[in-house]
Amino acid sequence: MSPEDRKYTKTHEWVKVEGDTAVVGITDHAQKALGDITFVELPSVGKVVKQAQECGVVESVKAASDIYAPVAGKVVEVNNMVSEKPETVNQDAYGAGWMVKFSDFDAEQVAGLLSAEEYDQTAGQH
Amino acid sequence: MCKTSNAQTGDIMNSDFKKTPLYDTHVSLGSQMGPFGGYMMPISYKGIIHEHHACRKGAVLFDTCHMGEFTVQGPRALADLENLVSCDVASMKSGQCRYGLMCNDGGGVIDDLLVYRFDENDFMLVVNAGTQDGDFKWLQSHLSPGTIAINVSNETAKFDLQGPGSVKIAQAILDEPVTDLRFYHFKRNTANSRKVLVSRTGYTGEVGFEIYSEPDLSLKLWHRCMELGAEPAGLGARDTLRLEMGMPLYGHELNEKRNAAESGFMRAIAQSKNFIGSNVVLNASAKKSQLVGVRLEGRRAARNGDMIQDDAGNTIGEVTSGSFAPSLEIAIAMGYVENVFSKPGCCVFIKTVRQNIPAVVCELPFYRNATARRPIKDFC
Repeated sequence: MSPEDRKYTKTHEWVKVEGDTAVVGITDHAQKALGDITFVELPSVGKVVKQAQECGVVESVKAASDIYAPVAGKVVEVNNMVSEKPETVNQDAYGAGWMVKFSDFDAEQVAGLLSAEEYDQTAGQH
Repeated sequence: MCKTSNAQTGDIMNSDFKKTPLYDTHVSLGSQMGPFGGYMMPISYKGIIHEHHACRKGAVLFDTCHMGEFTVQGPRALADLENLVSCDVASMKSGQCRYGLMCNDGGGVIDDLLVYRFDENDFMLVVNAGTQDGDFKWLQSHLSPGTIAINVSNETAKFDLQGPGSVKIAQAILDEPVTDLRFYHFKRNTANSRKVLVSRTGYTGEVGFEIYSEPDLSLKLWHRCMELGAEPAGLGARDTLRLEMGMPLYGHELNEKRNAAESGFMRAIAQSKNFIGSNVVLNASAKKSQLVGVRLEGRRAARNGDMIQDDAGNTIGEVTSGSFAPSLEIAIAMGYVENVFSKPGCCVFIKTVRQNIPAVVCELPFYRNATARRPIKDFC
């Protein structure tokens, strides 16, 4: 079961609202499907992205995938730990493996995303 | 992040693919399975990087039952194989293996293979999974009357036991010692008093063995090796291990269209005999490009099909294999470039979907500390 304190996308990102900030990462299902993550590229701080716009890249030994912004917003912080130690995403996708923090996001967009239960039902079907 | 490239995952109908005798074992071990060469094969168990390091430092097992084995016998078997494969067969001694290429008339590669010599005119060829049917037809259509080739793939199981820890495990599972087995040599042996064939070969760069037997025995020996500490490893690690050694993967570095000489695998290409395709392969002026290794700047990998460019943005070649290299902790790739760019030290760029990555042509192998050629007594 995915954590219920956050929302999910069909494209396997999660978003968790912490006050004025939306924290974004990829799901545990996604990290397992990718396998050992070897490279993470994150957006520049200050970048403004639209919902579903590419905002990073995750590479594993066997694949490369774009990360899509679950909500529109402005990048206020990125997790340099996952750039330096990409395996952090494999080890703790919902915690230390977070990737981007957004400000100026739309709470209604967050509300419109998948619940943990809805995500778990669709996760195997990507 | 649903858009993935090169992904081995996805919903694939298992029934479309053949299974090796070890299939159920892989599934019960929790391996991620994927299609390769017409078979559903293990991609990885605990993780590609974990399995990669386990091979460099300990001992791993690869299911290689998917590969094809043909016996070739008869009074003209040697002469026929001299014509069919690029390596020098006549100089092989009984008990020796040699890597070679089977070329078409245009010098392209139908398959890469190992030749095992049992006796003067008694051989076995070990070929790739996806190419074995075509290989066998080609072989049969180029044999002299009296030379008999038999496809024994279905009744021959094989697994590879690789890594510095493999020697002690091989000693424990086999009835006869392997300590006198030299690199690229093989011997008949027994395990549980049943026949096996053991060669000191592999596809990882590490000391190790390929062990051929009947399927039910292979299954027993696999489990015995695991009890003795060998870890199962999948095609993911097999690929990163061979790439670090600069070894080719058929369909990537080698194919029917590209002149075999461009691969640069000159040890596999005899210079002083005629073989099918040799008029092209041995003609230096027909060689338009060269297979090279490149080290990329950083961890972002190049992938099969990415263009290689010069500093002015002109396309000068194409990547055939690329990955993050676990033992080197950088991204590496192999690809073909125009001859003038093939010198080690030459600076190029790899144009990936997302970025132009600076890279430098380098000597192969990428990984220099492999153990395959070290004396076997070092590992006893």
